[in-house]
Amino acid sequence: MSEAYLAVLFIGGLSIFLAGVLAFANRKLAVQEDPRIDAVTDMLPNANCGACGKPGCRAFAEAVVHGEQQPSDCTVGGPETAEIVANYLGIDPGSSVRKVARLMCAGGTDVAEQAANYVGAESCRAAAAVAGGPKECTYGCLGLADCEVACTFDAISMMPNALPFVNATKCTACGDCVAACPKGLFELIPINQHLLVQCKSQLAGDEILEGCEVACTACSRCAADAPEGLIEMKNNLPVINSALLHKETEIATLRCPTGAITWLNEQQFADKAKMAESE
Amino acid sequence: MIKLFGKRLPTFSHGIHPGDFKDLTRHLPIERMPFTDELVLPLSQHLGAPSRARVKVGDKVQRGQLIAEPGGFVSIGLHAPVTGTVTAIEPRHHPGGKMVEAIIIKTDPFSPQTFYNEHSMEWESLSARELISLIQHGGFVGLGGAAFPTHVKLSVPEGKHAQFLIVNGVECEPYLTADHRVMLENYEDLFLGIRILQHILKVKQVYIGVENNKEDAIEVLRKNVPGDMACEVIALETKYPQGAEKMLIEAVLHREVPSGRLPIDVEVVVNNSGTITGIGQMFRFGQPLIERVVTVTGPGINRPANLLVPIGTRLSDVLDYCGGLKDNTRQLLFGGPMMGTPQSHLDVPIMKGTSGILCLTENEVVVREEYPCIRCLRCVDVCPVSLNPSRLGSLAKSRDYEQMLDFHVMDCVECGSCSYVCPSNIPLVQRFRVAKGLLREQQARNKAS
Repeated sequence: MSEAYLAVLFIGGLSIFLAGVLAFANRKLAVQEDPRIDAVTDMLPNANCGACGKPGCRAFAEAVVHGEQQPSDCTVGGPETAEIVANYLGIDPGSSVRKVARLMCAGGTDVAEQAANYVGAESCRAAAAVAGGPKECTYGCLGLADCEVACTFDAISMMPNALPFVNATKCTACGDCVAACPKGLFELIPINQHLLVQCKSQLAGDEILEGCEVACTACSRCAADAPEGLIEMKNNLPVINSALLHKETEIATLRCPTGAITWLNEQQFADKAKMAESE
Repeated sequence: MIKLFGKRLPTFSHGIHPGDFKDLTRHLPIERMPFTDELVLPLSQHLGAPSRARVKVGDKVQRGQLIAEPGGFVSIGLHAPVTGTVTAIEPRHHPGGKMVEAIIIKTDPFSPQTFYNEHSMEWESLSARELISLIQHGGFVGLGGAAFPTHVKLSVPEGKHAQFLIVNGVECEPYLTADHRVMLENYEDLFLGIRILQHILKVKQVYIGVENNKEDAIEVLRKNVPGDMACEVIALETKYPQGAEKMLIEAVLHREVPSGRLPIDVEVVVNNSGTITGIGQMFRFGQPLIERVVTVTGPGINRPANLLVPIGTRLSDVLDYCGGLKDNTRQLLFGGPMMGTPQSHLDVPIMKGTSGILCLTENEVVVREEYPCIRCLRCVDVCPVSLNPSRLGSLAKSRDYEQMLDFHVMDCVECGSCSYVCPSNIPLVQRFRVAKGLLREQQARNKAS
């Protein structure tokens, strides 16, 4: 009997001693951390998407608390979250315009030609590695939905013409689709920018229209019609100067022979997206 | 019966035995293809930095003249394959699938097409460094298919040295016979090339590895090895992918190149027999790499041939010269059926790395449905670098690329043996290529940030 008591006493004593050591260590070795970091982390969307450039929401919270980044750099949370974080920390939310991902290609299966049949793994990247994919235009969208798979916010859905439709209300501009597209067709563009060049083909001349009806032929009429400096031709493509967006006008799109440059309101491919939703 | 009782021929472990289909062209002598009216010369025909154009639109160029210079150390020169006029420098379809800046030359129909000689042929008195620079400016790449600049392989890094040179005359891809014909017909240039490489690398022993489905080539080479050359022709058991550098070293020397290392780490340099023949020709006639032997073959072509084609000739012109395609042709590949790249445009040019044009008909191109992996592990049995393609395949399917690193996906040589044997028709090697591409991009991003 006494042996049992001895064992209980010994283990009991040992655990009390170790608890004491732990309690001491907890006091002495505690890492002093700004409590605001935890609070800010809780305010963030916790999507851990990486759009702000940090590995996750906690790292972003640290950067904000230390003043390295502005609350508005979190595009997922939007202005409301930035406001809440800024009020809590008593700092300026910063001004970053909300961006959305836009596809720089309008060559769906209804307007773009196929040069070959592709059979193999159902992925744009896999198809792009096989002679650039089956499309006549080697710059265009392959339509095998790598972006749809990559999007964690369910903002991308494929339309019947095999182009991805980006739902501008769900898109948080996290940039996952930009990285996923092997042809580099996605760009993050301020939501209030209306002019959009939906083509990446660096070829000039009308031959390109044999492969795609809506390609840019580099005629540069848009650059001539737009206000001074707004549109500039680079590598046979019009480039819109984002610093001069207040000068934007629909006139630039009117003489485009193919519709490669368009005027958007909120949603890209708004006409075709209706078809997608009805399916 | 002799083989039954004789010694087994050397080879590597694992691998597969696809039908070789070389009878279509193995007996056909190399035939020179006439010059076409327009040649397309992409500035990036090799691995590494693109070459820099040094001609302008409107310039007259002579056959063999340097038209683009190396754009860095891992880059090579490019020469005009014909005498003519530069009509444009613009993006054109590239067999790799992108639009790539290319020099377009219109052939002068009245020129005798003799070539312009820029090189000194007195190679014995030149140092290794001078010879390597000549090879770089001569535009030499591995002609087996990967198009890796030859001079980079010949530049042995400080502190390492090469003991053996292995000449890769394996040509393990089914259908292709270009290297086979070159070894049979141009063995003198091959031996001259070997002498030059021996001079550069200071190797004591040379091996020529040839598979035993090319018995005539083995015989011709053995008979003609110069008496003073320490060179042995080794007949290897026919097996795919023996032409892969690491497999060939294993077959010939029983040495294994460690993961992530190069042949030079086991004191070996491997070069393709066609490349070495080209180098021999450059020092004999002064001709840089402006043409190459291409096997035009497959059941889909009317007249299979081994053609000597000027670099830059368009695919459609070569097909026309060979009597055109049969009606039931469904797929065109640059290279062999195992590792070749399918082509989607007929106006792509023949490049330095184009070893063959394979035309497959609907009888060979069968689309099979993909089924789930049944863990039969045939892929594990055949993988020449001893990976587990089954596990890698399931990781790739779930896009868990980072974990693929733990299963050594970067050691994959992309030979396609796993896809070949898979009874569930899983496109394994295609998924691995995608994964490797993504992982490489990611590593580059991590390094940058």
